[in-house]
Amino acid sequence: MAAEAVFRIADLKKSFGPIQVLGGVSLDLHPGEVTVLMGANGAGKSTLVKVISGVHSRDGGAMTLGAADFAPKTPAEAIRAGVVTVHQNINDGVVAALDVGTNLTLDRLSGKGQPLLFNPRRVQREARAVAERMGLDIDLSASIGDLTLADRQMVAIARAMAHEPKVLILDEPTSSLSSAEANRLFALVDRLKSHGVAILYISHRMSDIRRLADRIVSLRDGQIVGTFDKKPLDYEGAVNAMLGRKVHQSAFAANVGGKTIFTADNLVIAEDAKPISLSLGDGEIVAITGLVGVGKTALAETLFGLRSPLGGSMTLNGRGYNPRTPTEAINAGAFLVAKDRSESGIVGAFNIYENMSLPFLKRISAFGVLRRRAERAIARRQIGELGIVCRSEKDEMSTLSGGNQQKVMVARWMAQPSSLFMLDEPFQGVDIAARRDIAAKLRASAAGRATLIFVTEIDEAVETADRILVMSEHTVVGEHKNERLDMDRLLAEVAGQTARGAA
Amino acid sequence: MRDIAVRYGFLVLFAALVAYFASTADGFVSPQSAVFIFQSVAITGILALGVTATLVVGGFDLSIGSVATSAMMAAAYVMVVLDQNALVAVLVCLAIGVLIGLINGFLIVYMRVPDLLATLGMMFLLLGLQRIPTEGRSIAAGMTMPDGSVAPGKFSAAFLALGRHRFDFFAPNLVPVSVVVLVVLAVAIWFFLEYTRFGRMMYAVGSNERAAELAGAPVKAYKIWAYVISGIFASIGGILLAARLGRGDIASGNNLLLDAVAAALIGFAVLGASKPNAFGTAVGALFVGVLLQGLTMMNAPYYTQDFVKGAVLVVALVFTFALSTRAKR
Repeated sequence: MAAEAVFRIADLKKSFGPIQVLGGVSLDLHPGEVTVLMGANGAGKSTLVKVISGVHSRDGGAMTLGAADFAPKTPAEAIRAGVVTVHQNINDGVVAALDVGTNLTLDRLSGKGQPLLFNPRRVQREARAVAERMGLDIDLSASIGDLTLADRQMVAIARAMAHEPKVLILDEPTSSLSSAEANRLFALVDRLKSHGVAILYISHRMSDIRRLADRIVSLRDGQIVGTFDKKPLDYEGAVNAMLGRKVHQSAFAANVGGKTIFTADNLVIAEDAKPISLSLGDGEIVAITGLVGVGKTALAETLFGLRSPLGGSMTLNGRGYNPRTPTEAINAGAFLVAKDRSESGIVGAFNIYENMSLPFLKRISAFGVLRRRAERAIARRQIGELGIVCRSEKDEMSTLSGGNQQKVMVARWMAQPSSLFMLDEPFQGVDIAARRDIAAKLRASAAGRATLIFVTEIDEAVETADRILVMSEHTVVGEHKNERLDMDRLLAEVAGQTARGAA
Repeated sequence: MRDIAVRYGFLVLFAALVAYFASTADGFVSPQSAVFIFQSVAITGILALGVTATLVVGGFDLSIGSVATSAMMAAAYVMVVLDQNALVAVLVCLAIGVLIGLINGFLIVYMRVPDLLATLGMMFLLLGLQRIPTEGRSIAAGMTMPDGSVAPGKFSAAFLALGRHRFDFFAPNLVPVSVVVLVVLAVAIWFFLEYTRFGRMMYAVGSNERAAELAGAPVKAYKIWAYVISGIFASIGGILLAARLGRGDIASGNNLLLDAVAAALIGFAVLGASKPNAFGTAVGALFVGVLLQGLTMMNAPYYTQDFVKGAVLVVALVFTFALSTRAKR
């Protein structure tokens, strides 16, 4: 480990317009060592990767590879210099229409000095050499489309390794792999490590990090806020640094839920995941927090009928609840404000009132004909209730700020009474004022239903909820009343250290 | 200002066109001329209203033209070869429209074939299929069948009336059935799309399918319904075409698809909607009709017609995509 750093980043800066994304990042990578980079959404991880891999140019600072200055202008240049990146989306790394052999040698198809004609036999020969070196056991003539995700990723990595890079960057490589597939990837990473490659591994998954990390670096708001390399590694400290310890205690008295509205009993939402049991009471706001990819959205989707649980049962208002579609969930009184409003919430062609009425058109129409006057009256009422800043209910959605758009999404589902009101990342891309408004509105209207919010940022949970549940690896690992919160235990659970935290 | 230009620009252009023809072409302003324009666009207009429904859900239907000609051939076959009455012929045509709409919807929704490709395939299939029963011949009363016998039936009078009867309106014997059908269907689909929750949800599906699904809409059903509507409208167009021609002519209906799609796309520009809408489609069809009628009365040769239609379409698309603020999202 004492080897000289092979790749150094010093005071790297990058801005997009007026927004500084990287504010002076310094990082050393050593040969034969896996450095894990952790950071919340928007911390600047992908920007850092893109600057290193030559997608973006840097605004300031220096990068050195070995003894030479490293300033790639294109991704191809970075690869030629020996810095190879495997991007998050596996299918970006392979061409599905071509076979494995061609994919393994894809980067030799273009560039100066390559032969004009495509010689399948030469390609297969070179591909075999690449595969053998990596110990890749895949039929070279198989079509990529027939491979599993893990195999595709192996192909992408093997091709990257054909350049014998000094530095390999893996950007959330396990995000779509099963645990068995991930194990194959880890074996490959170990192998590369023993070859003396310096590896930068970006991940949210604590199990990955625990398995691979020699060193952890935490990134927050474009700056390195913590480096952890003393064994045993301080995982909790790394998570803590990544999330930032600016969490304030709640300013309200936490409610205790009234009569039980929703229960889940031994609900299993992913293979090999431990079952989830929870119970939500009337008037209570419960936040489910945890890192990205621990199954928060999967749980929300299960409760909303978008996916079926692998096991277990649910009840809503004392009756069995097993929605197969969102329609059934809505009819049973379970509403979901889905995450990523522009993708799954806003109908761009509709104005404010048309967006608001969308799920409840049936309730405001007579014999199928919309009662537009009632529709607009409801919208005006909701605009007033949530303090949406607009000229009128006929405004286009695109004229609203992110916070006001989100308020429209929340208002849409609050226009009708619900039993179980779920919000998945309701504060994403929302300014602080709108966030407070939404949280205040949720608290003020909480009586008569159970409210469940899914948030990655712990302070959002602390600001809004009466009770906080922590998820890790597709199950609930901890429960906290939002009064005199044991923040150390909570962070430990987020970091996946349940055994030590709870026992 | 720009908003007003985008919103009313196309209608102003339409009015100016009418005014121009009224002042230069003798007899342009008369009930007969107006009816002639309506009649000339009736069948394409009906098809265009159908394709509008598929555009609303974010799809496309290229099979409308061949659905119409298939319905026409089927009507002729049912009456001439099978010797059935007008009602049976109409019902068979409508059934064909529904069936093809269901198949299109099934291919697109469940087989995940992209809409353009699925309906292109269906178009091809139907163009061939409609020729098989008669071995490629047109169908007319008294025709010789492939086996040498003479077809027993003929177009019934009731059926032909669909193409030839005229209602008294302003003047006696003025308005043909096809124009009445066009107006009724246009009002119906306009009301359906604008004022019912089903129409609203179809727009939502077309704009953001995921959001519509999360709002509890049965997205697949809505999409299939759109193709069924399109199929039914196209088969109605085919019935009127058969009634007008009085025979099952394998060579007719070549232009139906392009004309109908053009009308629906021109409709995007009307009132700055920037989206498929029934009112716009109707105006789009009329716009083309007025232009062609006016030019014909001014002795423009027939072979310039397609050029004119294309030019109108391009101008309308510029209105929709370049000038409209909505399109810029």
